[in-house]
Amino acid sequence: MKISVNVNGSAQENDVEARTLLVNYLRDELGLTGTKIGCDTSQCGACTVHMDGKALKSCTCLAVQADGCDITTIEGLAQNGDLHPMQQSFWDNHGLQCGFCTPGMIMTTTALLADNPNPDEDEIRHGLEGNLCRCTGYHNIVKAVAAVAQAGGD
Amino acid sequence: MAVVGKAVKRKEDPRLITGEARYLEDIKLPGMTHIAILRSPHAHANIVSINSERAAAVPGVIGVFTGQDFMDVNPLPCPWPAGGVDNNLNTPRALEVEKVTHVGAGVAVVVAEDRATAQDAVELVDVEWEVLPAVTDAEEATFDGAPQLHENAPNNVCMEWDCGDQSGTDAALGSSDVVVKQRLRNQRLIPTPMETRGCIAQHEAVNGEYTIWMTSQAPHVHRLLFTAFIFGVPENKVRVISPQIGGGFGAKIFMYPEYVLTTALSKKVGRPVKWVETRSENYIATTHGRDHVTDVEVGANRDGTITGLKVRTYANLGGTLSTVAPGIPTTLYGRMLSGAYKLPNIYCHVTGVYTNTGMVDAYRGAGRPEATYVVERAVDLVASELGMDPVEVRRKNFVPADSFPYEPSGNLLNGLSYDSGNYDKALDMALEMTGYEDFRAEQAAARAEGRYLGIGLSTYIEICGIAPSAWMFGEGWGAALWESANVRMHITGDVVVTSGSQSHGQGHETSIAQLVADELGVSMDQVHVQHSDTLGTPFGYGTYGSRSTAVGGVAVWRSLQRIKEKARAIAAHEFEANVDDVEYVVNDEGVGVVQVKGSPDQSKVVGEFMGIATSAAGGWDLPGDMEPFLDETAYYDPPDCTYPFGTHICIVEVDAETGNVGIKRYIAVDDVGKVINPMIVDGQVHGGIAQGVAQALWEGAQYDENGQLVSGSMMDYAIPRADLLPSFELGRTETPSPNNPLGVKGAGETGTIAATPAVVNAVVDALSHLNVRHIDMPLTPSRVWETIQSRSNGGNS
Ligand code: FES
Ligand code: FES
Repeated sequence: MKISVNVNGSAQENDVEARTLLVNYLRDELGLTGTKIGCDTSQCGACTVHMDGKALKSCTCLAVQADGCDITTIEGLAQNGDLHPMQQSFWDNHGLQCGFCTPGMIMTTTALLADNPNPDEDEIRHGLEGNLCRCTGYHNIVKAVAAVAQAGGD
Repeated sequence: MAVVGKAVKRKEDPRLITGEARYLEDIKLPGMTHIAILRSPHAHANIVSINSERAAAVPGVIGVFTGQDFMDVNPLPCPWPAGGVDNNLNTPRALEVEKVTHVGAGVAVVVAEDRATAQDAVELVDVEWEVLPAVTDAEEATFDGAPQLHENAPNNVCMEWDCGDQSGTDAALGSSDVVVKQRLRNQRLIPTPMETRGCIAQHEAVNGEYTIWMTSQAPHVHRLLFTAFIFGVPENKVRVISPQIGGGFGAKIFMYPEYVLTTALSKKVGRPVKWVETRSENYIATTHGRDHVTDVEVGANRDGTITGLKVRTYANLGGTLSTVAPGIPTTLYGRMLSGAYKLPNIYCHVTGVYTNTGMVDAYRGAGRPEATYVVERAVDLVASELGMDPVEVRRKNFVPADSFPYEPSGNLLNGLSYDSGNYDKALDMALEMTGYEDFRAEQAAARAEGRYLGIGLSTYIEICGIAPSAWMFGEGWGAALWESANVRMHITGDVVVTSGSQSHGQGHETSIAQLVADELGVSMDQVHVQHSDTLGTPFGYGTYGSRSTAVGGVAVWRSLQRIKEKARAIAAHEFEANVDDVEYVVNDEGVGVVQVKGSPDQSKVVGEFMGIATSAAGGWDLPGDMEPFLDETAYYDPPDCTYPFGTHICIVEVDAETGNVGIKRYIAVDDVGKVINPMIVDGQVHGGIAQGVAQALWEGAQYDENGQLVSGSMMDYAIPRADLLPSFELGRTETPSPNNPLGVKGAGETGTIAATPAVVNAVVDALSHLNVRHIDMPLTPSRVWETIQSRSNGGNS
């Protein structure tokens, strides 16, 4: 099936199988391997991307459902070589260890702040419910998100 | 400007936060094929026949293979049988041939052009099974009449092992004022790194060389096992590369059947082969951890002095042995049972048992969390029996700060000694941070209102920096445990460090660079730490056991000293001075210079273009017969382990209506010796606490009576989410280890080791007014609620 998707600001036209998941389309077809796969039950959130500005687990969506949509992946977040404030904050606050959950975490939390620019700790923690991290105990992830909120950037 | 001791941001992060890092699943090779493995749906069964005709006929399938096709490949090795005793060893093969002893054991494989085809076709392989009765509990497996898994292991016993002083301990318990007995279950956990395992193997027929990309915490050990044990080929025929790794927690140390299978297949089909574990496979095919049933008896006198500790443990090893399975519940468990205490008598007996469950091996902490759980629960049991404050019982029995090095009684540590410590100091700091006395008042007030608050302590120690090779050899380990490192200062002054350690989240590229930057006087940007490829790094045993800094870091340090000596010799030659008069100093700007003592105008920068680095690499004018280049390799075999310690305190509120446990505060004071990067150490502690808390409250592998893993997905296995945990309050004391020149101890596992008993002690404390003495983990709402109900109805627990 033919789809046209705007991925990280560039127009893509592809022929995909009906059963192809969005995450596989991004990773295998477009070579955007920053988006990770951590589970097969839509639990981990490692595959989170933005579809039309909203966070979405790309393993829960077919590539054909993205037809006509804007998709942003972790590769599309930095602009002109400048890290997104959330990427910078994860770095500054040691919000990652192995880094496997990190692309999904960053995509989820950027969308979280777009919805709620001033979350308290509880709201940040609830906002992370759909993203699992096995390394950090979430402490520094929460800190990284709070720091971005405090600085008023999203 | 020294960087050691500073929270330097990680050098590895830019590639990780932009999605540019390449993990195993991200690697593609030309002509790559994909496999799917047929795994046993039965926990215990004989393989009667396998028919692969239907699968082989699927378009896109390159071949279907069974265990019979790999009889020329050795079974996987178990290089760490329990030390000093007989072990009835049974290890897996690439694919099982006659019988399976756990759900998930591989029996056939489909190789196809793409993964989906392989997965579809593997469903069409027909296996005729003769299903046998199964047993999943370690103690029950030893009973008469239990199903027998292996011919060479009567009553399913792999080994019986003990340590300490049996008769002394029995005598002490016999003459103690009180003896408390308790059965403790340390439930099975599933490590669950966010990245599953995987392997890509390529074989070059022309020279017989394999290149293997794999999710490995220990690439050199994997190569050693492939070459010497499994394929019987020399080291130069196998190159192991560990790409970016998404967490390991122990589970990526070991050799697994799938790695052997993928590698053997790359030769058979003559094309690269890729295998990546699905999450569902990860639950049944990757190693689990813990799974002990323990009876503990602890004796004490009325004043709180503990007189003896007797421990009897059944350790579940799974259906077959993983790489170091028997070593974990023996050496790394029994030898740690003195904890932070001066216990006059200790004895531990362990039975390692086969059951129809997944393989069990090291999971973060590996034996030491199990031991700490026993000790820290035992201390609380004594306190409750005597009606004493658990803080006082701990103080009464601590190894005093002036008795280091301390050798636990009964030769428990088999010749090693605790290096250094000040256990009271860490405890004091944690109590102060907590406001312990105030909390006790708050608890009493809350109780009066029917609210159940509780506080729990864990004053743990850990064994890190494992380990002296000769000692480990005596413990049954079939290799060594030194580390090595090479340091090269290139012509431009940039420094490349290669090491046999492996980083999968620990930040070695940063902390090792900090060490180098300070020692040589170069900038962080000038230091490049490379690891994880057996081609181009010196041999090392890998990253686990919190050993990468305490052992690997010291190998780096030694290389640096040699570099400095050589730089001095070159400078002396250039200055026409005596080498003894030349010193290597790092100036106030953090720049390393060699200079003539007392006359700093005769000096030269080392790490810059046209500096000593260039003199050395150029080699135009070197003293005598000196070889060119600043290039030094050193090996380090530690004389003893290191022994971090600390106090963790957890405050919980138990909901009397629902049994739900909420963590109100978590305070951790850890002493990991000298700290190179406090930000990285804190991160290690945070992550460890989360895993330790999760064991206490939520996680647990569940098997049904047929040996089916009920908790086999992320939906059913409760790894913690952000909203279940609080932010942690961290403190630190710093007692350097005298056992290495860096004074470091190791920080990777403290959180996991300390947290579990702190949380359980807190919940039991919250319910102590109901006469609750113990609840087995995980302390799920239903289990806690049932306990409250039974107590309210006058029962005991
Ligand atoms: S891969 Fe786990 S939620 Fe999508
Ligand atoms: S950083 Fe490793 S899973 Fe989050």
